[in-house]
Amino acid sequence: MTALDDTQATAPGSVPLRVQLRRAERITKLKYLGLIAPLAIFLAVTFLWPIGALLWHSVDNPEVVEALPETTKLLRSWDRKALPDEAVFAAFARDLAAAHGNPALAGAAKRLNMERSGFRSQLMNTGRKLRVEAGQSAKAAVLAADARWGEVSSWQALARNSTPFTAFYLLAALDHKIADDGSIVHADPDQTIYVEILLRTLWMSVIVTLISLALAYPLAYLLATIPSKSSNLLMIMVLLPFWTSVLVRVAAWIVLLQNEGPINRALVGLGIVDEPLQLVFNRLGVYIAMVHILLPFAVLPLYSVMKGISPSYVRAAVSLGSPPFRSFWKIYFPLTLPGIGAGGLLVFILSMGYYITPALLGSPREQMASYFVAFYVNETTNWGMAAALSTILLAATLVLYIIYSRYFGPARVNQVAPR
Amino acid sequence: MGQDAGDGLISFRGVQKTYDGEILIVRDLNLEVRRGEFVTLLGPSGSGKTTCLMMLAGFETPTAGEIRLGGRVINKVPPHQRNMGMVFQNYALFPHMTVAENLAFPLAARKLAKPDITEKVARALAMVRMEAFATRFPQQLSGGQQQRIALARALVFNPEVVLMDEPLGALDKQLREHMQLEIKHIHESLGVTVVFVTHDQGEALTMSNRIAVFNHGIIQQCDVPSQLYEEPANAFVASFIGENNALAGTVESAGDGLCQVRLADGSAILARQGDAGGPGSAATVSIRPERVELDDAVAGDPNRLPAAVREMIYLGDHVRVRMEVAGNTNFVAKVPISHVSPAMTVGAAMTVGLPAAHLRAFASP
Amino acid sequence: MATLRQHLLGMTALVGTGLAFAAPAQADLTVISFGGAVQQAQIKAYYEPFTAATGIKIIPGEYNGEQAKIKAMVDTKNVTWDVVEVETAELLRGCEEGLYEPLDFAKIGDKKDFLASAVTECGIGTFVWATILAYNADKLTTPPTSWADFWDVKKFPGKRSLRKGAKFTLEIALLADGVKPAEVYKVLATKEGVDRAFAKLDQIKGDIQWWQAGAQPPQMLASGDVIMSSAYNGRIATAQKEGRNLQIVWNGSVYDADHWTIPKGTPNAAEAYKFIQFASLPKTQGAYSQQIAYGPVNLKAIDGLDAKIAANLPTAPKNLENALANNGQFWVEYGEELEQRFNAWAAK
Repeated sequence: MTALDDTQATAPGSVPLRVQLRRAERITKLKYLGLIAPLAIFLAVTFLWPIGALLWHSVDNPEVVEALPETTKLLRSWDRKALPDEAVFAAFARDLAAAHGNPALAGAAKRLNMERSGFRSQLMNTGRKLRVEAGQSAKAAVLAADARWGEVSSWQALARNSTPFTAFYLLAALDHKIADDGSIVHADPDQTIYVEILLRTLWMSVIVTLISLALAYPLAYLLATIPSKSSNLLMIMVLLPFWTSVLVRVAAWIVLLQNEGPINRALVGLGIVDEPLQLVFNRLGVYIAMVHILLPFAVLPLYSVMKGISPSYVRAAVSLGSPPFRSFWKIYFPLTLPGIGAGGLLVFILSMGYYITPALLGSPREQMASYFVAFYVNETTNWGMAAALSTILLAATLVLYIIYSRYFGPARVNQVAPR
Repeated sequence: MGQDAGDGLISFRGVQKTYDGEILIVRDLNLEVRRGEFVTLLGPSGSGKTTCLMMLAGFETPTAGEIRLGGRVINKVPPHQRNMGMVFQNYALFPHMTVAENLAFPLAARKLAKPDITEKVARALAMVRMEAFATRFPQQLSGGQQQRIALARALVFNPEVVLMDEPLGALDKQLREHMQLEIKHIHESLGVTVVFVTHDQGEALTMSNRIAVFNHGIIQQCDVPSQLYEEPANAFVASFIGENNALAGTVESAGDGLCQVRLADGSAILARQGDAGGPGSAATVSIRPERVELDDAVAGDPNRLPAAVREMIYLGDHVRVRMEVAGNTNFVAKVPISHVSPAMTVGAAMTVGLPAAHLRAFASP
Repeated sequence: MATLRQHLLGMTALVGTGLAFAAPAQADLTVISFGGAVQQAQIKAYYEPFTAATGIKIIPGEYNGEQAKIKAMVDTKNVTWDVVEVETAELLRGCEEGLYEPLDFAKIGDKKDFLASAVTECGIGTFVWATILAYNADKLTTPPTSWADFWDVKKFPGKRSLRKGAKFTLEIALLADGVKPAEVYKVLATKEGVDRAFAKLDQIKGDIQWWQAGAQPPQMLASGDVIMSSAYNGRIATAQKEGRNLQIVWNGSVYDADHWTIPKGTPNAAEAYKFIQFASLPKTQGAYSQQIAYGPVNLKAIDGLDAKIAANLPTAPKNLENALANNGQFWVEYGEELEQRFNAWAAK
């Protein structure tokens, strides 16, 4: 009743009406927000947070600053040319005395050992031995503990890590490093690996994507055109691989493809080959297994696009005098491009992150970027490198996605999609 | 271009089609289409008319019989070599091509030179008055515009035959009637042979030179529109085309193209012999509502029946009178407004006259 | 800043461990080792007798030496592993980084009773194992006698297998190239020495099929996939027991000890000490060597061993003649650089 009276009372002035409308809309908006909130929170926790952590770890560099706070503070204003002055040595001695026996010092030693092998013992030994006798200069005491502190490069390495952020990991993930003079240089030839690995990851993903699409296309076409009774059965067979774990399937491929496996025994038994073929622990084996696992991801988008293409398009093309293959190529194929784009992108992005399959079915020459991420996480506990490699991989994937959306993006897809 | 029977262009001879080996979708098709003719295949859905069109286009193969084009058997000629333009129900305009590209498609398939293509496309667009839309994509056009483009595309390469599969089904009534005339005019000006499939009898009557009425996989009757309406061959054609009153009865005697039918209420009437059988067989007599005569006019007619008026609907130029006649409560007469008398009121008893010239006895379906 | 970083760290750790390690019931002891034949022997020699003697139930677990899991647990203060078997380099590094409790030897035994290399700040050795050259005697008529033979692809054609990693592989390459065991780490500490090791590996790169898990070499040898392989001696001895005709070349073996450690912050430290003390007794150590051909670190256990068993252990004087002791400190120092270079080399 009151509401009604209000409306009547304020109707002539339009402002209160607008306010009411806004209030009503705000409630609707809040309802919508409430509905998507669980998903938004879920995504934030499971997706944005880890990615944020990943990016953070790839530049995070706290170890040396935490272990040697005074020294790093002074080193930030050091010219990085001649040996630092007594004040720095004194601060270093105080820091070491405070950090002795503290895991933070080991963390700093581990971090500095990445800059130069041997730095770990240099720092840890100094930490153990250093005693500044009365009347002795700190510099003399430090040099007495380990003579390597007389080298400028030791201090340059410390200075490079005197800030809480570093480009070290990201540069290393691109086969570059910061030289003693502060310039960015290419890593030693016998230490370079990641650019090649990244290119290999891209290349292998491209090959897997192309093979998957080539195999998926006719299959999806068959599924989309045969009566639904048979296509349902076939679809179940396509999806069957999803119901077994990747590990089981990889193990099965090893059994099938190995030298003494059934395929090789059959080939030798039938006299097709004299020696067993090397089908596994090389790139062929990796391709076979990856295509097998990823094929459904290519089939499904293609199938859904093909299902939506009326058969009358190709009929129309044929009736207009175009031979069957030309009709396919000029009419059907362009209409399936959104499916090819979506399926290809899906397979490609999944391939980029492949780890288990190349690790188990390939030789070291087949390892992709994720293998080294796992290597750094599990074996050397070097999260900085793992995060940097992941960041580079993520960036490469994003760049490719942007290129994809240029060519297959919403605007084009809308134009091509059949009505 | 002559119109004599010798100028047959398309010919179906004893054509049968089955998909499952059991049910014949097309049972025994015999049809001749003359050059330049507009023939409509008319029938309810599932009657086999679309299958016939698809066999003619080459998308389906006849199970038995042969199809000839210009005297040559084309059963085994692939569809892209038949040189027939086709307009589909949903137009099937290629969504990834502009209007001009759609029209150029059949010409490019025939490897015409670029300038030729450009010229022919322009001419075809002019024919359907769509010159301004050459660079649009199909989705940017209205239904009627898409329909015009589909028509232009089927005609742009000057095919001998144009096939149309319910092309106007998706349009609203007004647009549909407009397009019917437009297609009819294009046909008349180009002289192209058209085989048109529809389930809409009005559409068929408007456009066709001849109509083949399909039911249950068989052509029930094939004739010019006026003959189909005035001289239906059987009860199906009579009821499928136009409005019709049917009264059930039994044949008592027959001869000289006439027969005597005893109706359910015991009265006997004289009708022209349709496909009704000899004495004793069940028959349906049928008459168009506009041929029914009332009271004053019936005096001299031997076929007179009592009727009770149930409903009167005023329709401006005429009145539809629904009556009960010989047990049929849906017996309709169309009375011109000038013949309406004050005695005609709901509940009034009247006498209807059924002139034997317009009354046909058909075998009961 | 620091708190945000700790949060991020915790998050990553949670993701890393996959939340797979549910807390055990009170007083149950989770003991993690390298699994396989090693774990089977530990169950027989240590776990079962320990439970029988003390009533403390043991939950055996296995891992592949990844320190990441332990670091994640210690960093998040959610330690569910009570006793962990680790290799020497990881022990030294982990001890410095605070992953492991410094041990109170008063609760374990007299330091003098153990091999000197078995006693460190955070760990007590549990057994001595060796990486040896193994071959399938059914496939090779002339037995190889050294790592130099391993490199001789003319005399012994076929695939051979080495562990995928720099550790041991580089030492083996130098041994094959004629470097004396005593000189190996001195050479490897120089750039020229590392170049020399990789140059040696280059010679047979195309003939190597790499292994990663200790169970792989006996299996690959038995199936005929490779003719020779580096392997853990205990795994080969176990395969011999199972009837495989696999043989060991002790010449040029690289030996090392594995150690028991207690991850920092475990709530069951008292029980963990009890277990380690029990597993370091001469009696239990002797029982272990009977189960698997790995040598005890308790000197009294070595003295009490059956001569036949002792002859097959890495610690037998005859087997030690031309053997190389793994230098854990070297790998702590140079491991990252050399593993990186190894990866780069292997990937090309």
